Amino acid sequence: MTIMKRTVLAFTIAGAVAALVLPAAAEEQVTPPKLKWSFAGPFGKYDEAQLQRGFKVYKEVCAVCHSMSMVSFRNLAEPGGPGFSEAQVAAVAAEARIQDLDDKGAPTERSGRPADYFPSPFPNELAAKAVHGVAPPDMSTLAKARTYQRGFPWFVFDMFTQYQEQGPDYIAALLKGYEEPPKGFQLPQNGHYNKYFPGHNIAMPKPLQEGQVTYDDGAPQTVDQYSKDVAAFLMWAAEPHLVQRKRLGFQVMIFLIVLAGLMYFTKKKVWSAVH
Amino acid sequence: MSGHSTYQPQNKFLQWFEKRLPVGGLIHSSFVAYPTPRNLNYLWTFGGILAFMLGVQIITGIVLAMHYTPHVDLAFKSVEAIMRDVNFGWLLRYLHANGAAMFFLAVYVHMFRGIYYGSYKEPREVLWILGVIIYLLMMATGFMGYVLVWGQMSFWAATVITNLFSAIPGVGDAIVTWLWGGYAVGNPTLNRFYSLHYLLPFVIAGVVVLHIWALHVAGQNNPTGIDIKADKDTVAFTPYATVKDGFFMAVFCILYAWFVFYIPNFLGHADNYIPANPAVTPAEIVPEWYYLPFYAILRSIPDKLMGVIALFASIVVLAFIPWLDTSRVRSARYRPLFKQFFWLWVIACIGLGWLGSKQPEGIYVILSRIFTAYYFAFFLIVMPLLGIFEKTKPLPNSISESVLGAKA
Repeated sequence: MTIMKRTVLAFTIAGAVAALVLPAAAEEQVTPPKLKWSFAGPFGKYDEAQLQRGFKVYKEVCAVCHSMSMVSFRNLAEPGGPGFSEAQVAAVAAEARIQDLDDKGAPTERSGRPADYFPSPFPNELAAKAVHGVAPPDMSTLAKARTYQRGFPWFVFDMFTQYQEQGPDYIAALLKGYEEPPKGFQLPQNGHYNKYFPGHNIAMPKPLQEGQVTYDDGAPQTVDQYSKDVAAFLMWAAEPHLVQRKRLGFQVMIFLIVLAGLMYFTKKKVWSAVH
Repeated sequence: MSGHSTYQPQNKFLQWFEKRLPVGGLIHSSFVAYPTPRNLNYLWTFGGILAFMLGVQIITGIVLAMHYTPHVDLAFKSVEAIMRDVNFGWLLRYLHANGAAMFFLAVYVHMFRGIYYGSYKEPREVLWILGVIIYLLMMATGFMGYVLVWGQMSFWAATVITNLFSAIPGVGDAIVTWLWGGYAVGNPTLNRFYSLHYLLPFVIAGVVVLHIWALHVAGQNNPTGIDIKADKDTVAFTPYATVKDGFFMAVFCILYAWFVFYIPNFLGHADNYIPANPAVTPAEIVPEWYYLPFYAILRSIPDKLMGVIALFASIVVLAFIPWLDTSRVRSARYRPLFKQFFWLWVIACIGLGWLGSKQPEGIYVILSRIFTAYYFAFFLIVMPLLGIFEKTKPLPNSISESVLGAKA
């Protein structure tokens, strides 16, 4: 078989797989509602209480199946994040069981430390696939890896309005988007109907139920609230320096505007002699 | 153009040094005393902006390379480590990724300006061709840099683009295997792309030096397209051009900073935050926005080999326009017909860019064929014929007259 033929074959097979598991922009996709996020806009900041609640939802629900292998416990105490104290982080980390080697090189399990990354629920992707049929995606960058088509002219306006929250909007909508399939919709075995998932057939069963996670801060224990909180938490996990970025951005903008203004008047003065 | 240097340093050490290596004189004659046409508009500031962007890309790139690991299992993770754990790593990476987009934005303005004002014509043919070479090198560099992230779109873009070479009859497959360093895009591919992505910017910098050298020999074109005839047609590079370039560079940086700090992922594709997976093809494989017009040209032609030829021809044709354009008038300002054909061509380029992001089906295919046909017709038919048939407007007697009116 030539390489070209092989590639075409790979494309075809992989394309069929992709149609099942990946959000496909080419497929019909219902536009998720635009939600209000504390971290939107030029002065956006994460809401600490929301991130803490979101972390709780993640830990008690998502983490059972999804890994978040690029985030470590220490990140939870870093500025611009959920704002846990060092002691809280140490306590959270200590609850985790981490695979390690002992002094003699034998595999062992120890309790977690703040420097450890979040342990994954499965040792590898194949193991996850064997259990779930489809390996649940790693959540480290998920909020930036999911989106929906904005289309013309909206994507042009987004440049000016700084709308960058397609990911959390999509995730929050998806978590609430489980419905009975409409008449005539052929739902494959082990599939679940979701209004917002491209193609509507999602492998993940409805993950959140009313009252499933206990909140300590009096926030409503509803699927709606859980979805928003966990989507915000996932955004933080994907973009932990967002607050620092926007704050620095404002300073840079002020500097550049003043610089450009001074340069403009200097230019005018210099050129006034020749015009 | 600039002639012998009139640089006379006061400082004793500089005088001593100048006798042994006249670097001071070179800088003085190139960037201080160098005469620039007095009627340059802000489109002429993009040359300086491009030099600035190349510098930004090289500096941020060198620091990123200190933290990046070119290995299929580690590349994506190392990029995320830069984003999370390296001090201001997120800033470096967003500066570099959006810097590439800004670099291309600036180069497109620079190229459109060159075509509009006929900057490629005698005596600037070599200057123009060096520019086309820089642009080709930029495209290769940008593409390989995008692959280094090793997300889904990186991997599949690498697969699609390298596969273009398989269209070459007979040896195509062998060439692709050679490019890949294996039988699929894999670790050897990533590793060599990293090597080349680090090398090519310095090659670009070298060609930029030649580009600027050629510019300083031929002299700058200007909005009237007519030659400098007297000293009063020009002003000294410093302070006039320096301060004007500086002002517009600051304005350009505001746009750049807007993307970096507020919408850093706007120009990227969400799928590139999914680690590369050879077993899963994304629903759509689209290149970065700055390649979209060429992607549309490629897909507008049903035959793969012809499509690839059209893709390369659409860039190579640029190198020949100094001879394809037969008009003796440079600036579109005095070429009423050329001006209209030029703007149609700009619309075709933008249209192709839009079509490159669409699935190649139905009306999109027909539109891309029309735009592709016009893209080539502009160079191969319009440019040669207009020079013969177009009635141009009268040219001003001198640059200073065009600025100051007949009283000068």
